[in-house]
Amino acid sequence: MGYSVLICYLPGMHEFEITQSILDITLNKAKEAQASRVTEINLVVGEWSSFAPECIEFYFDFLGKGTIAEEANLHFKSEPAQLHCRNCSAVFHPQNTQWVCPKCQSQILEIVGGRELYIATMEVE
Amino acid sequence: MRKIEVVQNILGANESIAVQNKQILDESGVFALNIMSSPGAGKTSLILQTIAGLKDRLRIGVIEGDVASTLDAEKVKNEAVAVVLITTRNMPESCSLTASMIATALKKLPLADMDLLLIENVGNLICPSEFVLGEHRRVVISSLPEGDDKPIKYPMIFADADAVVINKIDFLPYVEFDIAAFQEHVEGLNPRVKFFEVSCKTGAGMENWCAWVQKEVEASAYKSASLNISLGGRGIR
Repeated sequence: MGYSVLICYLPGMHEFEITQSILDITLNKAKEAQASRVTEINLVVGEWSSFAPECIEFYFDFLGKGTIAEEANLHFKSEPAQLHCRNCSAVFHPQNTQWVCPKCQSQILEIVGGRELYIATMEVE
Repeated sequence: MRKIEVVQNILGANESIAVQNKQILDESGVFALNIMSSPGAGKTSLILQTIAGLKDRLRIGVIEGDVASTLDAEKVKNEAVAVVLITTRNMPESCSLTASMIATALKKLPLADMDLLLIENVGNLICPSEFVLGEHRRVVISSLPEGDDKPIKYPMIFADADAVVINKIDFLPYVEFDIAAFQEHVEGLNPRVKFFEVSCKTGAGMENWCAWVQKEVEASAYKSASLNISLGGRGIR
């Protein structure tokens, strides 16, 4: 059973709009490059981004139909979460939900990575 | 086969509409609060109390985001200068308001006759943290019955907040909620945040809250703040 697809029908999912943006950017870039077909789209999604790749893929199948990107494969690269310690300036990946600087034990932290959502590259023919 | 460098933020489309919304608000001299919380924390109650406390001094309009019902808009409509209801039921992204929904709502509001716009987002602590609307300040409500662990479970929305309203403070004798620990967690991520302890039911703390809102509205009349998009962790690496 495709449970990951089922999730898309529940309220609380906002990937539709995001997927439309992915398609718009893709088609614009493909047009600029005078391409006839988009084959691969390489996306970067931060560990703390709330967008689910399965749902983006689901909507992409639906929204991309009839476009030159309809057969494109979506690849998702996860970017790790990063915290910056405002006390000792260490940058680290939190190990659990209790966010503490491993160097100085400070909890005065700034989120500096892990919320990314962008298209890095794509391949066209 | 050719490889193309794209490096383009996918939320950029929403953010450019948010910039336009903010320009429209600034040109009309309207200050906007984006009010976010989980369902039942007291967004509508805070809006009603804010209107009650400030309606003699400020002309207030409201945008109500609701998944299906008109309940909240009904409660607010007799109190505000104008109310626009956005129901997200028929929209795929039913979990948050987006900048384009606000752009549509702004066209229906009498902005020239308003000083303050209160935007009630959809009840949710995850999705609204991704979509900026063009607001001047971001307000998160946490209520005592929800427990004090929300900043640990949903850090992003608290990291981006300008103000955190701790509501239902009258529940303190009945629930386990360590206010100091809660504030410490939020401040750890967000040292500039302002806290307000209130009860929308009893009216406790509303004077402080309303005084802050009024001060922010007045300060913005002199200098327009830049668009409040937090880039913390969202920039392209």
